[in-house]
Amino acid sequence: MSSSLVDFWRKFRRNRAAVAALFVLALIVLAAAFGPLLYTADPFDMLGRPTQPPSQRFPLGTDVSGRDILAGLIHGARVSLLIGIVASLAATLFGVLVGAAAGYYGGALDNLLMRGTDFFLTIPSFVLAVVLVAIFSPSIVSVTAAIAIVSWPSVARLARAEFIAQRDRDYVQACRALGMSNLDIILRQIMPNALPPVIVVASLMVATAILTESGLSFLGLSDPNVISWGYMIGVGRTVLRVAWWMSAIPGVTILVTVLCINLVGEGLSDALNPRLQQR
Amino acid sequence: MSALLAIENLTVEFTTTRGTVRAVEGLSFRLERGETLAIVGESGSGKSTAALAILRLIAAGSGRIAGGRILFEGSDLLTLADDRLRAVRGARIGMIFQDPMMALNPVYTVGDQIAETLIAHQGMSRRAARQRGVELLRRVRVPAPERRIAEYPHNLSGGMRQRVMIAMALACRPSLLIADEPTTALDVTVQAQVLSLIDELKAEFGMAVLLITHDLGVVWEMAQRVVVMYAGRKVEEGPSGRLFTRPAHPYTRGLLRAAKWEEGEGRRLSEIPGTVPSPSDMPAGCAFAPRCDAAVSRCRGERPALGRVGAQREAACFVAESEPA
Amino acid sequence: MPATLVFILRRTLQIVPVVLAIAALNFVLLHLAPGDAADIIAARSGGSDTEFVEELRRSFGLDRPLWQQFLIYLGKLLTLDLGYSHVQATPVAALILDRVPATLLLMLAAIGIAVAVGVALGIVSAMRHRSWTDAIVSVLALVVYATPQFWLGLMLIVLFSITIGILPSGGMMTIAREMTAPERLLDVARHLVLPSLTLGLFYVAVYARLMRASMLEVFTLDFITTARAKGLSELRVGLAHAARNALLPVVTLAGVQIGHLLGGSILVETVFGWPGLGRLVFDALLQRDLNLLLGILFVSSIVVVLANLAVDLVYGLLDPRIVHK
Repeated sequence: MSSSLVDFWRKFRRNRAAVAALFVLALIVLAAAFGPLLYTADPFDMLGRPTQPPSQRFPLGTDVSGRDILAGLIHGARVSLLIGIVASLAATLFGVLVGAAAGYYGGALDNLLMRGTDFFLTIPSFVLAVVLVAIFSPSIVSVTAAIAIVSWPSVARLARAEFIAQRDRDYVQACRALGMSNLDIILRQIMPNALPPVIVVASLMVATAILTESGLSFLGLSDPNVISWGYMIGVGRTVLRVAWWMSAIPGVTILVTVLCINLVGEGLSDALNPRLQQR
Repeated sequence: MSALLAIENLTVEFTTTRGTVRAVEGLSFRLERGETLAIVGESGSGKSTAALAILRLIAAGSGRIAGGRILFEGSDLLTLADDRLRAVRGARIGMIFQDPMMALNPVYTVGDQIAETLIAHQGMSRRAARQRGVELLRRVRVPAPERRIAEYPHNLSGGMRQRVMIAMALACRPSLLIADEPTTALDVTVQAQVLSLIDELKAEFGMAVLLITHDLGVVWEMAQRVVVMYAGRKVEEGPSGRLFTRPAHPYTRGLLRAAKWEEGEGRRLSEIPGTVPSPSDMPAGCAFAPRCDAAVSRCRGERPALGRVGAQREAACFVAESEPA
Repeated sequence: MPATLVFILRRTLQIVPVVLAIAALNFVLLHLAPGDAADIIAARSGGSDTEFVEELRRSFGLDRPLWQQFLIYLGKLLTLDLGYSHVQATPVAALILDRVPATLLLMLAAIGIAVAVGVALGIVSAMRHRSWTDAIVSVLALVVYATPQFWLGLMLIVLFSITIGILPSGGMMTIAREMTAPERLLDVARHLVLPSLTLGLFYVAVYARLMRASMLEVFTLDFITTARAKGLSELRVGLAHAARNALLPVVTLAGVQIGHLLGGSILVETVFGWPGLGRLVFDALLQRDLNLLLGILFVSSIVVVLANLAVDLVYGLLDPRIVHK
C-alpha cells in the first residue's frame, strides 16, 4: 500500500501548480485550525471604531460595526472549510452508496435510483439550497445539509458509471465464482477501483461547496452565531463606495482557497488517472 | 524519365515517455507514373506512418519527420511552403484511408464533403461542385447517386462509404493515389469490387497508386512492384511476380509461408512466431534476426544494408537468396 | 411519420412525469415548513386564537388529508395558480410573471456572452495549442472559475461605476428622466453590461475550457486527417470540421447549466438590484415569504426541464445520427 502512495506522490509532484496550491491550502487550513489560538480577537466584538483602515491593533482594519476584519477572516476560514468538507463528505458518501447500488445491481433498482438522481439534477441547485436553508432556518447544520443535498447527485452518477464499467470485468466474475457475497464484492473489490475519479470529484466539490456557502451567507442565510466570508462581503457591500476593501478582502480569500482546491483537484486527477494523454 | 514520386531516406520520429523512437528509418523507393507499388508489412512495420508522412499528415503533437526528401513531380514535399503543400494535397495526390466510417465527417453529407475538395481546388460554385459530385458517385458505381449525394456517412454501407472516399480523393484527377489499407475494413465480397474499381480508375486517369496493405492477396491482384517493410525499414523490394515466387529475404518468405501462399490464391497474413519489436526496444543487429529461421551469428551483431539480389531487386539480409544472374 | 417528428414528440412527452415529480417536491417542502398558511396569517393579524386558526385552516383546505391536498395543489398548478403571497398580498404567479422578462433578458445576455466568447476562446486556444495564448487563456479561465460571482459583481461595480464611473451601479434603467424609445434601449443596455458580464464570465471560463478540450479530442479523429489530406486550409479544418463536431458537448452543457445560471442570477440580481426573479428571491427571503420562494423554485425547475428538452432537440438537429436512432 505504501509503495502506491509513494508512486502517487511522485506523479502528483510533476504538476507544479498543484503542489504550490497544496502548500497554500495547507497554510489556509493551518490558519483556520490554529489561527484563533494565536490571534485571539473575537470577530464579533465591536471593539474598534467602525470602518477603520489597517492599523497596529487591527491589522486589516475594522468593519462597519467596528469588528476586527482579520479575526473575521480567520474564523471565517474555519466555517467555510468545515462546511465545505463536511458537506462534500456527506454528499460523497450518500452519492457513492446510491451510485454503487444502481451500477452494480442494475435493472429496476438502477432505473429507480437514476430517475431520482436525474430528478434532483433538474432542480436548480442553488435555488433549492436557498429554499432549504430558508425553510429550516439558517444554521451551520442546515447550510451543510442543504449543500450536501444538492451535491450528491453528480457523485451518484459518476459512481454508477464506474460500477457499471467494473461489474462485468473478469476479476468480479472470478469473485462471484468463488462465492463472495455481493456486499464484499462491492466494498472490497470494486470500490478501490472506482474510488479515484470519485475522490477527484469530491475534492472539487469542496470548492463548489465553499462557493455555495459564501453565496448563501451573502444573502443572509448563514448561521447568525458565526462569521463567514460571504457574510463579511455582504456587510462590506453597504460601504462599497468608501471602503471597498472590506468586501474585496474576504472575496480574495475565497478566490485563493477555491483556486487552490481546484488546482489540487486537477493534480489529483492527473496523478490518479494515468490514462489521460498529454495535452 | 524521372519518377513521379521518389522517397529518399525518409525518417519519422515519435516522442514517447521513453524517449524518441523511429517509426520509419531510412526508407527509400521510387514510384513511376501509372505504376502500382505496394508497401507490405505487419502492423508496427511503419508502412502507414510512411504513407502519412508523404503528405505531411503526421500529427504535430506526436511525431515529426526527422530527415529525408520526398520528391513529387520535381519538388520536395517536405520543404514546400504550406499553401503550396495544400495545393498538392487532394489535387495532385489523393489519399484514401482504412476505415471510411471514421474517415468521413459524420455531420456533413457526402455531397458536401466531395464538393469541398472541388470548391477548394477548382474554385467551383456549390451547385457545380454538387453536380460534379453526382457524376463522381456515378463513376465510382454508387447506385442512385442523385439521392446518395445528400446522405450522411452513417446512412451508407461500408462499401459505399469507401467508394465515396475514392470519389473524394479522385475528384481533382490527381496523378497519385495513396491507398492506406483500403479494403481492410470491408467485407470480403466488397473488397474485390473496390479493388477493381481502383484499377479501372487508375487506367482511366493514368494514375499511379501507392498501396499500403498487409494483405498479400491484394498485393498480388494490384501491384507491379512491392516494398516489404519490417520494424520501420525496407527489407526487400522487387517486381511482385518474382518477389512472390522467389522471395529473397527470410521475412518475405515467412510472410508468404504464413499466408499459406499458393499462386493465384490470396490469403491474409497469419503468424510468424514472435512479434515485431517495438521501435523503442530494437535488437542490435538485424531487427528480424530473433524471429528468423535462417539467421546466423553475423545477423545478430550487425545490421544488414540493402543489397542487390537481382534485376531491380534488393534486400537487406546477409543470407538473402540472390537470383541467378 | 418523419423520424424527426417522432423524435420531437417522444422527447416532449418524457417531461410529464418530471413535472409531476417537481410538483410533488414543492408540495413536500411546503408542508415541511414549520407552521402553515393559517399560522402565518393568524400571526400577522395578531390573533392566535385557536378557533380562528382552525377556521382559517378549513377555509384553506388545510384540514383535509394530504393526498387530497396534493391533488388540489396539482389542479391549481395546471391553471398556473402558484398560490398567494400573503406578504405582498398578490398571487405568486403574478409576481413571478412580472419579473420574468428582466431575468430572461439578463440570462440571454449572459449566455450570449458566455457561448460566443467562450467558444471562440476555446477554438483559438485549441488551434494555438501550447502557445502563450493558450497558456494565458487557461490561467485566466482557472482564476475566473474560482471567483465567487457576487463578489466579482461588486468588484466590477467598484471599478466601472465608482472609480471610472462609466457604467451604472444598479437597476435596470434610469428612472428619473423621460426618454425616447432608442434612448431607453440604450439606457437598458448600459445597465445590462455589468450584470450580464458578471453572470456570464464564469461560463466563459467553463465553455472555453470545454471547447478547448473538445477540439483537442476531435483533432485526433480520422476525418480531420482526411480533411487535411484534401488540401483544405487549417482554418477551414479547424472551424468547419473540428469545431462543428466539438460544439456538441458544449451545447449539451450550455443547456444543462440553465439551472446553475438561475441560481447565479439570484446573487447577481441582488448585487445589481436587477428587477428580476433572482432579486425576487432575495426579497422573499427578507420577508420570509415561503409561498413565493416555492413558487419561484417550481417555475425555475420547469424552466430547466424545458431548457433540457430544447437542448436535446437542438442536439438532435446538429448531430444527424441521433435522430435516426
